[in-house]
This record gives sequence, C-alpha cells and structure tokens, in this order.
Amino acid sequence: METFVQLVVNGLGKGAVYALLALGFVVIFKATEVVNFAHGSLVLVGGYLVYALKDSMGWIGAAVVGIVSAALAGLVLERLLAGARNADHNGLALLTIGVDVIITEEIVRRIGADIPFIGDPYDSQPIQIAGLTIFRTQSIALVVGAVLITAFFLAFRFSSWGVAMRAQAENREAAALMGIRSSRVTATAWLVAGALAGVAVLFMATQDFSGAGLGRGTHAIALIAFPAAILGGLDSTAGAVVGGLVVGLTEALSAQYISFEFSKSAVFLVMLLVLVIRPSGLFGTKELSRV
Amino acid sequence: MSDTLVASPRAPLPPMPARRRRNWLKIVATLLLFVLLLLLPIITGTGVAYLKVAQYVLIGAVGGIGLTLLVGQAGQLSLAHPFFLLVGAVSYAVIAGDPEESDDLVGLGLPPLVAVIGAVVICGLIGLAFAPVAGRLRGIYLGVASLSLVFLGLWLGQSLEMFTGGTSTGRTPPTFELFGFPFSNADPSPTLFGVAIEKEQRLWYLFLALAFIAYFLARGAVNSRVGRSWRAVRDNEAAATAMGVDVRRVKAGAFVVSSAFAGLAGVMTALWLDLVKPDENEFTGTYSLAVSIAYLAIVIIGGLGSVPGAVVGSIVVYGLEKFFRLGATEFGWFAEAEFGGINAVVLSAFIYGAAVVLVVLFEPGGAAAIGRRLAARMRRPAAVASVPNGRPTPERNDDDPPA
Repeated sequence: METFVQLVVNGLGKGAVYALLALGFVVIFKATEVVNFAHGSLVLVGGYLVYALKDSMGWIGAAVVGIVSAALAGLVLERLLAGARNADHNGLALLTIGVDVIITEEIVRRIGADIPFIGDPYDSQPIQIAGLTIFRTQSIALVVGAVLITAFFLAFRFSSWGVAMRAQAENREAAALMGIRSSRVTATAWLVAGALAGVAVLFMATQDFSGAGLGRGTHAIALIAFPAAILGGLDSTAGAVVGGLVVGLTEALSAQYISFEFSKSAVFLVMLLVLVIRPSGLFGTKELSRV
Repeated sequence: MSDTLVASPRAPLPPMPARRRRNWLKIVATLLLFVLLLLLPIITGTGVAYLKVAQYVLIGAVGGIGLTLLVGQAGQLSLAHPFFLLVGAVSYAVIAGDPEESDDLVGLGLPPLVAVIGAVVICGLIGLAFAPVAGRLRGIYLGVASLSLVFLGLWLGQSLEMFTGGTSTGRTPPTFELFGFPFSNADPSPTLFGVAIEKEQRLWYLFLALAFIAYFLARGAVNSRVGRSWRAVRDNEAAATAMGVDVRRVKAGAFVVSSAFAGLAGVMTALWLDLVKPDENEFTGTYSLAVSIAYLAIVIIGGLGSVPGAVVGSIVVYGLEKFFRLGATEFGWFAEAEFGGINAVVLSAFIYGAAVVLVVLFEPGGAAAIGRRLAARMRRPAAVASVPNGRPTPERNDDDPPA
C-alpha cells in the first residue's frame, strides 16, 4: 500500500510535467492547427541555457533565462512558420520536424559528453513523510504544475487573451472580423507553449525524473508528451492535463509492477486503447464529415 | 485521378521531332545511369568504402519508397518505419538462422531466399494487424499511434533475446545465398575488369536488384488502379466511398505494402551491418525514433508520394551521412571536432534538416516537383514562361508520368 501511494504521488508529479508539455502542444494546435514536432527542441533550448548559465549567475537566474529563452525560441519558430505562405498546416508540421532536427543536433553537440543534471535545488533529495519516500523533484513539479495550469485556465477563461484565443480556435475568420489580431494571438500561443516547455525541462533533466541528464533522452521524453496530448484530445486543454496525469501514472505504475523497460511501451499501449475506442481522444472534438 | 476525371487545359503539343529527340535523350540518360550503377563496383575499385555508402543509399531508397507510398499516396502519416525494419531484420535472422549455431538463439535453418520472402510477408502481416487501428485514426493521431510500434519494438527487441540476440551482442544474420551462390567472400572469386567480385560487390548487385524490383513495383502500383484508389482516399474519403472505393480496405492495403517495403529494407540493413542487434534506447540506434524522423525527411525532401523522389531523398539523408563518415575515416575530415564538435552525423543532420525546411518553405512538392519543373522548362520554354510560377498543371501532384 505504501509503495502504491508513493508511486501515485511520484507518478502524478511526472504527470504534471507531461501536462505542461501537452498543454503547450494543445495551445499551439488550437491557435494554428499546426502540430509542433519541435517541442522537444524548445525543451532543449531552455535546458541548455540553464546548464550553461547556472554556474555564473546562480540557478534561479539561469532558470528564468531558460524559461524566457524557450518562450522566445517558440516565438522565433512562429515567425518562421508565418513566413511559409504556400504551406498548409500539415506542411508546417513537417517544417517543424526539420527545425527540430537542426536544433536538437546543435544542442546535443554543445552539451557534449556532460549530460548534465539541471535540477540542483531539489534533485536527489527525497522527502520522508509518514514512512513514505517521495521525490522532491516530483512533488515540486506537482505544485508548480498545479499553479501554472490553474493560472493558465484562469487566463484562458477570463483574460481578453483567453477569449481571443478561444474565439480564434472556434472560427478564425469570424474572430478576425470581430477585430481580433490573429497574428498576435498566434504569437502569444507559441510564447506560452515555449515558456511551459522551459518550466518542464527544469524537472525533466533530473536524477529523480528520468535518471538521465539533459541530452537526446530529454528530447525523447518530450515525445512522450505527444501521447498525453493525443490521449486527451489534441484540441482540448483540459484533455492535455488529464492526458498528462494518465501518462505519468501509467509510466510510474508499470515501471514498478511490470518492468522498467516496459513502462514507455505501456504509455503508448494505453494511448492506443483510448484511441481505438475514441479516435479523437478523450475530450477531443469529433471530426464530422459532411457529404 | 486527375488524368481520368479532370480534363485539364494543356498547351498544344510541340511538333513531333522535338518530342522524339526528348524521348531519345531520356532513353540514353536512363541507359547511362543503368550502366553506371552496374559498373559502380569497378569504378570504386578494390576499396569497398564508397560501395558501402552506395549500398546504404539503396536501403534508404527501398524503405523510403515504402513510406512515400503510405504517407504521400495514401495520405496516412506513419512513424512506425523503424519497427518494421527491426521486424524484417530479425525475421530474416530467425528464419535463415542455423538451428545448431547456439542454444540460446532460435533459428529455423531455411534457405536465405525463403527467409527474405518470409521477412517481407511477416512485416506485411503485422502491417495488416495494425490496420484496424490505422483505419480508425487520421492525420497526427495516426502518426502518434504508429509511434507506439517503435516503443513496442524496442521493448520486444530487448526482451525476446532468443530471437534478437539481446542488446549486448545481437546476432549475426546468415549469409545470403541464391541457388548455392553465396554473397560472401569466396576463394577463388570471379573478377570483372580486374576487380574481384567479393562480398561487398555481390551485395551491391543484390541490393541493386532488390531496389529495382521495389522501384518498379511501386511505380506500377502508383500508376495503376491501386494508386488511384490510394489518392482517392487521401484526397477525400467520402468522395472515394461514393465512387466505389472500399476505404478501409485501401487504407489497410497501403499499410501492408508500406510495411513490406520496410521489412525488405530491414533485411538489407541486417546484411549491410552483418549484425542484428536491438537498440538500447529509443532515441539513438538503428531502429529508433531518429530513424523515424530520417525516413520522414527522406519522403519530404523527395516530395510526398514520389517514388523517384524517395531515391533522391535517400541520397540526401542517408547518403550524405555515410559519405561524411567515410570522409572522416578516409581523409580525416572533422578531425579537430572530437566529441562535441561538428562531426559527420551533426553536419548531415544540419543539411537534411535545412533541406526539409527549405522544401516546405519554397517547394512543397520536393525534389519531384523541382524535377518536373526542370523537365517542363526543357520541353517548352515559351509555354512555361507564360504560366505564373512555371507550374503549368498544378493539380498534377500525384506522380503520374508526364502525359
């Protein structure tokens, strides 16, 4: 029982990180209908700056710079996509693959043989509460994730940015006719997604979370957030959060009860199961085809 | 589709003599290329390093052709290609493997030719087994769903050591033999223009034959009823159904064909490496996510749906990487790079990543569209100049041969 509670808490902590990444995918998809394959490289951009700067300017300063630069990297990508005028959203998704290949290779090359851990203030310092061992990284991730996700939903629901964003997702042309600046909405969506990725990486490249430092593996973890977004439904923000938690829990529980090697496959099998029953994910809009 | 249903306005045909000369040019160029490919082992001489690069390009071409049929012609995004490569490689090693070789490894000891066919069939069947999932999903949902096969393959490859040999040692695939003729070093070996036809030369001819078969089968499929039904489903499922196309069957068929091509590429990979070894993690290795992305890049650079384009894509993505590596070992390129510098892999990734970006930005049709445009320009400079963008028939994105 104790192991189980421990696993659930740690799994939820991982899930919160996946939820942050998945939320980024979903925000971008809602605003632009583009699937961002380069999310993993936004993660790496943030992580690399933390690694490069944390010795000279302290961890907190480096983390802030990392988050901001991941957000700016998202914006740069958005500008690049905006330049591709003769490509539809599928073509743009393919373009992000090309960008991803370049950024990933460059950053992995710069990191070199180090494979650094970047969660200095909380990594490898488990908390003991009532006989339970809980990873500090995961518990902080859970709190930070909960705060950010709540803030996001409040902004999405009540702020004028949120209203504009939802209007644009609903009907792009009508939103434009109502005076919503489409380019501004799109740009903020990429900024938000990049910032969320920048926060997520602070927890991903740690001993507690993955047992591996910043590198190709971190990039691959960002791909695990794909099932999280898909499982919940690519156009549902609530779905992204639920999907993230499901993925986190599945990974933690199957690693303990089946085998560590199987845990990533388990995530994908759960996703397949959901997709076979609901092809648009749990909360995704069903695609209707009229003839 | 466009040819049979849409009567597109075309410029009047040029007078006959020009046309005949063009055909001659085409035939001569094709023949030259064919002779060049046949004589490649003689041109590269006794060193086999260049030949290995060329062999690798053919592997990428066969796999890329399979993926371009699925993604470009049938409109189904798949990232599962490395999984089928793995299944093909392992199936070949298991079916042709010597039963007495080791107690820990399963081997059926059947002839290698049977093993190649068996591996391709097994991959096709697994593709068929995935069809019920593929039939329900669309676009990115299908792409991510297919990603699950890569993770499943990683896990199965690591846990089924009696088939795969495990991640530490792997297993050696048996030498390919055709009716008693071994594709290995032999003594004495026949010579051709003074170059001994040893293992690598023999494998080159084998790969060339397999690649030609794959190429012409794919061209045949694209230009026939099968290809038309793929494109009909890609363009509009409802309209395809209305015209009597069984959408579910066509989608399943495309998956089967694509998986079979990938399986063949997997067998070729095993023979090329002389090793079948499952990956240790999901992000680097012979059957990893990086390979999923590389194959997508091959298909995008070549132009979605174009069979010759996939060959070009393979040259850019697979050929450059191996060529740079060759340069690194033979001529000491990137010598000062060490670890963390610009090495062969990094440079080739930069180039193909940039190629993908440039293709999407400036020529979404990829190498195939560039080729078509050049051909059109040579054919009728005046007519093309009068059409904006130099694209006389923009609806022809379906890789039909020029009418």
